Amino acid sequence: MHDLYNFVRGPLAWTAFFIFIAGSLYRIIKMFVMIKKKESFVFTFWSWKYSLRSIMHWLIPFGTVNMRMHPFMTIVTFIFHICLIIVPFFLFSHNVLWDESWNISCWSIPDPVADIMTIIVVLCIIFFLVRRLKEPEVRFLSTASDYFLLAIVALPFLTGFIAYHQWSSYQFWLILHILTGEIMLMAIPFTRLSHMLFAPFTRGYAGSEFGGVCHSRDW
Amino acid sequence: MPGFAANKVENILDEGIEKGGAKLDNKQIEDVIKSVLDTETGERLKIYVDTCVHCGLCSDACHHFLSMGRDPKYSPAGKVKRTLGEIFRKKGKVSPEFIKSASIIASTECNVCRRCSMYCPFGIDVAYMMKVVRRICHKLGVTALYIQDTAHSHSVTMNQMWVKEDEWVDTLQWQEEEAQAEFPKLRIPLEKEGAEIMYSVIAPEPKFQAQLIYQAAIIMNTAGIDWTMPATPGWDNSDMAMYTGDFEIMGRLKRSHFDTAARLKVKKIVMGECGHAFRSVYDVGNRWLGWKRPPVPIIHALEFYYDLLKAGKIKIREKYKKSVTLHDPCNVIRGGGLADKSRYVVNALCDNFIEMHPNREHNYCCNAGGGVINCGPPFKNKRMVSNKVKADQLIATGAEVLLSPCHNCYSGLEDIIGHYKINMEIKFISDIIYEVMEKPA
Ligand code: SF4
Ligand code: SF4
Repeated sequence: MHDLYNFVRGPLAWTAFFIFIAGSLYRIIKMFVMIKKKESFVFTFWSWKYSLRSIMHWLIPFGTVNMRMHPFMTIVTFIFHICLIIVPFFLFSHNVLWDESWNISCWSIPDPVADIMTIIVVLCIIFFLVRRLKEPEVRFLSTASDYFLLAIVALPFLTGFIAYHQWSSYQFWLILHILTGEIMLMAIPFTRLSHMLFAPFTRGYAGSEFGGVCHSRDW
Repeated sequence: MPGFAANKVENILDEGIEKGGAKLDNKQIEDVIKSVLDTETGERLKIYVDTCVHCGLCSDACHHFLSMGRDPKYSPAGKVKRTLGEIFRKKGKVSPEFIKSASIIASTECNVCRRCSMYCPFGIDVAYMMKVVRRICHKLGVTALYIQDTAHSHSVTMNQMWVKEDEWVDTLQWQEEEAQAEFPKLRIPLEKEGAEIMYSVIAPEPKFQAQLIYQAAIIMNTAGIDWTMPATPGWDNSDMAMYTGDFEIMGRLKRSHFDTAARLKVKKIVMGECGHAFRSVYDVGNRWLGWKRPPVPIIHALEFYYDLLKAGKIKIREKYKKSVTLHDPCNVIRGGGLADKSRYVVNALCDNFIEMHPNREHNYCCNAGGGVINCGPPFKNKRMVSNKVKADQLIATGAEVLLSPCHNCYSGLEDIIGHYKINMEIKFISDIIYEVMEKPA
């Protein structure tokens, strides 16, 4: 067990970070290179003003007509993404790791708060799952990979929660936690989780076309 | 699934699609798909496909989905799944039957109105993806008969309706004579080099709606505009080739239109109340020809009327009394930002203007645009059933008159009014201007 711990905590962690960062860079650089090569008009019509205008509207809760049409989904989506990003970065025990490995120390959220946020993430994922199964228009679009991705995102939070509370073998759950976290990280550039990388560009381009060419809103 | 209205509109046979499909073999399909995906699309399409999180949030944007009992296969992402999704999943190895159904989905179940881009959190352009499908179908020769005939007319005559050169000039002279009865000094100046404005129309105007040319002539003459119309091909600004995916023909059409304006040395092109033509001239055709923006400024009728009213070049005798509501055509409102100007115009002309809801960029589509009405009679019933939401929207206004500053919308809404037995007249804005303006004695 100890060897396994060392492996996931050491080489695999490095690999995961490497794959996440290099993979993300690869996808973004490839996007730029290919767009330049085959669809350079995207640069021609790109407008920072209108990109940012559109992105801002879509970053503000209830800033768009569609968000106002689906208030519950909007609240869940925002809370989910906020917790999803804050917990892994600002959890005290992660901060210790950042500090040990890279000498970065930053502000951390109190553990009880992180605990609640973790539960929120899991609840949100359950909501997404139920929505996927229950709403015909979402179910129709869903493929096995969509369910799989929900699991990939849920697992690090679930296992982290169990490990933190030390209900059973701490080390087992910790290893599982680290492992699933690493899987999630590595999955980002190569699955639909890549919407994290591309959203600013797709939204920005829509905003540029709507604002710059069509003189209209896209929210 | 029970409750869905789909059964009324399925299994439609279109001669063009059937005959085109019968000639296909699997190898050819694979080759064409590969060539379109490899040489004509790029990372943008891949990123759209990869970024779509299958959340279904675009569904409520689409009038097809809303009208068909929320049947998920009509949602924007649902249509992508049934077309490009399959093509990607099977790596282009799809059957002729699949291509036939993809052609029907992309050309009659989507109006490429881009409303869904305003509802997808990522701004994924489903309309673009449907146009890629149409392009593939076009290259495989599987396009609905009626719209293909229109594209043929474009390629032979440079206009949409097989109007011959002498017929065109005759029609203009006929309308000039008619209008002279009302306004003896009126002219429709042909081929006037150096005029300020070239006025261009779509071919259905000379073919079926010559009174619109008559009205335009009255408006131009009253306002004292220095204008001209071309006597040569290039007078038609319409473009169904853009919608079939025949971009080569689209390029030829737009070039002839811009070339005609350049030959006449006009300062700008003013176009009649048409939406798709505006999109073609203002946004799509110019890009195909390598122009970021149109080489000659393009003024849509709505904007032209706004300028005339604002400058007092047209005066209103007495405002229109009946209650009116306004349909916002996607291509000039969402695509041209003319929402405020059109409201200025309507309020200047009419006493009693009732907004429909939703409106402006968020207005529901007419379900005629994007080439859908041009796919012809086989699909008419489907076009009616799949826009019930529009009928409900119109009825809710209680207005007596519906204004539609777009030809496609006009025809489509006229059908909707008939099909759903709505008690409403439909008019172009120029009909109202003609009725309420002060005309010189
Ligand atoms: S008809 Fe309009 S809203 Fe519906 S899928 Fe096509 S572009 Fe989107
Ligand atoms: S809203 Fe956008 S991301 Fe969601 S299913 Fe529709 S196209 Fe995909």
